[in-house]
Amino acid sequence: MAIAVTLGAAVSTAMIAIAIDIGDKISRELRSYGANLLVTPADDNLDVQIGSVNLKPSGGAYLNEAELPKIKGIFWRNNITGFTPELPVAVKVGGTDATLVGTYFEKTLKYGNQEFTTGARKTFPWWKVDGAWPADDSDQVLVGEKLAMEQGIVPGKQIPVSGRTYRVSGILSTGGAEDEQIVAPLGVAQSLAGEPGAVSKLFVSAVTKPEDAFARKNPDSLTPADRDRWYCSPYPQSIAYQLQEVIPHSHAEQIRQVAQNEGNVLSRIEGLMLLITLAALFTSGLAVSAAMATAMFERRQEIGLMKALGAGQFALSAIFITESVLLACAGGIVGFAGGALLARKLGHAIFGSAIAVEPVLLPLILAIAVLVTFAGSAAAIRRAVKYDPVHALRGEA
Amino acid sequence: MKTPRRSTGIPMFLRMLARAAILRKRTALSALIAIIVAAAASTAMLNLFVDVQSKLRKEFRGFGANVVVEAKKGGSFTPDNLQQIEYAVEGHGLAVPFAYAVAHTAKGEAVVVAGTDLELARKLNPWWAVSSWPQGPGQALVGVRAAEIIAPSGGPFALTYQGRTLHLLSSGTVRTGAGEDSRVYLSRRDFQSWTGLEPSVVEIAAYGSAAEVSSLLTTLQANLRGADVRPVRQVTEAEGNIVGKTRSTLLWSAVFIVCTAALCVLATLTGWIFDRRRDFAIMKAIGASDWLIATFVSGEAAILACTGAVLGFVIGTGIAAWIGRVNFHAPVSPRLDVLPPVLIGCLVVTMIATFLPLRLLRRIQPAMILRGE
Repeated sequence: MAIAVTLGAAVSTAMIAIAIDIGDKISRELRSYGANLLVTPADDNLDVQIGSVNLKPSGGAYLNEAELPKIKGIFWRNNITGFTPELPVAVKVGGTDATLVGTYFEKTLKYGNQEFTTGARKTFPWWKVDGAWPADDSDQVLVGEKLAMEQGIVPGKQIPVSGRTYRVSGILSTGGAEDEQIVAPLGVAQSLAGEPGAVSKLFVSAVTKPEDAFARKNPDSLTPADRDRWYCSPYPQSIAYQLQEVIPHSHAEQIRQVAQNEGNVLSRIEGLMLLITLAALFTSGLAVSAAMATAMFERRQEIGLMKALGAGQFALSAIFITESVLLACAGGIVGFAGGALLARKLGHAIFGSAIAVEPVLLPLILAIAVLVTFAGSAAAIRRAVKYDPVHALRGEA
Repeated sequence: MKTPRRSTGIPMFLRMLARAAILRKRTALSALIAIIVAAAASTAMLNLFVDVQSKLRKEFRGFGANVVVEAKKGGSFTPDNLQQIEYAVEGHGLAVPFAYAVAHTAKGEAVVVAGTDLELARKLNPWWAVSSWPQGPGQALVGVRAAEIIAPSGGPFALTYQGRTLHLLSSGTVRTGAGEDSRVYLSRRDFQSWTGLEPSVVEIAAYGSAAEVSSLLTTLQANLRGADVRPVRQVTEAEGNIVGKTRSTLLWSAVFIVCTAALCVLATLTGWIFDRRRDFAIMKAIGASDWLIATFVSGEAAILACTGAVLGFVIGTGIAAWIGRVNFHAPVSPRLDVLPPVLIGCLVVTMIATFLPLRLLRRIQPAMILRGE
């Protein structure tokens, strides 16, 4: 009986913890879809790009590379899992036109006294390199696999790019436009373009909350209280707004393909886990109740004896109710500890990071345990106190 | 003590079963409830576990194309090629051809114009925020950034491609936060009669599992020599990752829930058997063999298990369907193939719950039990 309560409490704890945390976990997993926000210069003109061919790579307006670390200073800085700047430059490789994109691979930046690493390896996890990733301060480049195949480029080879020579450290495969481009450290692209410090696009990967009607409001039209609430919710819109605030002359927008669908998938999975948790609570509640009822029923001889010795209905009920409350509390505490452990292990096994159980959950679990135990034993206790002690003792009840 | 001849064998056995159920209806009922709950929980979880993959896959198709077919550099597809793609994809996904050209505005600004089947593009890319889709020929869907330059007030505008000018009416704007924002979208017919270009890219949203998608890739590669067929790794890799993790979370939740329910069934049933030790003692005292008692008890337990499993199956299927309707807006279809494992699971748990106490009781003399020890 005590085992049933403990087990029920453990499963409830683990399930509630998972349901609470799954949103955050899946949200981080969804970051493998890549950046969900794009920052461009405010007065940028049109992209003229078809597939991998950029017909007008340098547009004239740029963001300043020196401003980028400020992103780690916005309100939702902890939700920014990474960002990657890009600067495309039109170049000639082996006599044909191609695009060279400058970017960060795994760059360590400093904001205040905080250090962080960011770049394409984080924001575009599907990029695969045959060979080695170039260092961000090197003169080495990656060549897209299709371009490499056309021109017979292999890792380690030196290639001429618009009059300069670069060493190819690896062949890049992305399944996207980069397969026909050259990807180089940002500094290389800036010197080829003759634009030191220039960045023309910034991809930001942020953990966000699914968008709702409130998210779509224009922050400038809200009351101050509502505006604060909007600003302090991790909607794609509010993070974009904050990015625009810290990077001068910029325009930040959600990449709808990623941001919108992320919201959909996230709310489906969260909803699913919520409903399953409700089902789990209900199931363990009923099961524990049934076990309690049986256990109480077995003790009718004991009750009969107490009654024969003169115990009143009130005294009897008090004894059994106290007993079941104590049992519920003990089982609840042990179960809570077990459930927390279970959630941790599960988080590590599936998501590679622990699922934390808030201590706030303990009173809730205890309350549920007491309620369920009481519900299970109440009917049995009520019936027990009504027994004729003679029948109970003779085992005929 | 010799076992008496069981002359009234089967009818007596059934009568005893029936009497036991009626006389001990309260305990029998709570055992039955425990079994129903366990069976319902297992059914619902199994149903969801099997179904969640296809349900989530449907959600993931909202991310758009997961396969892209591109004509050789600078070339385009022949109508024959397009038909081949259409034929290969039919029933396995949605194929949307796109043709691209660079046109110029009246002021000489270059802009990318795309010709496509707008109806299909709308289905393929549900995340496009479109103010109003084109209704007829001569209308164009203009990206928000392109609109600022070519048609700021949403009125008519003209584009020139290789000396030929086309007058268009903007039906509305499209906002995606990506390359589409700087493009103009036309219907394929308008685009073709103006530029004479055939589509050069076909974006495909292939349905189904990773294996089904890769078999479609192989078919396309075999049929279209020279074209470049590739999966959109950004979409396919993340999808596999997330579906897998959700499924394992679900699996573990199912294991927890089923284990708790099973243990509670075990506790309830064990209590139920122990509670009846006096009956067994009497049966033994008047000459029933251990074997007979075991058959009798397991018969009862099996009936309980089967009734519980079937009722639980019905309830659990209902719960799964409800979760499907509430969460995915599509019911989780009932699966009869879940019934056998649930039934067998219930039988196994009840048998364990029956034989453990019986083994203990067998060692005890009936006289001791009857004296209440």
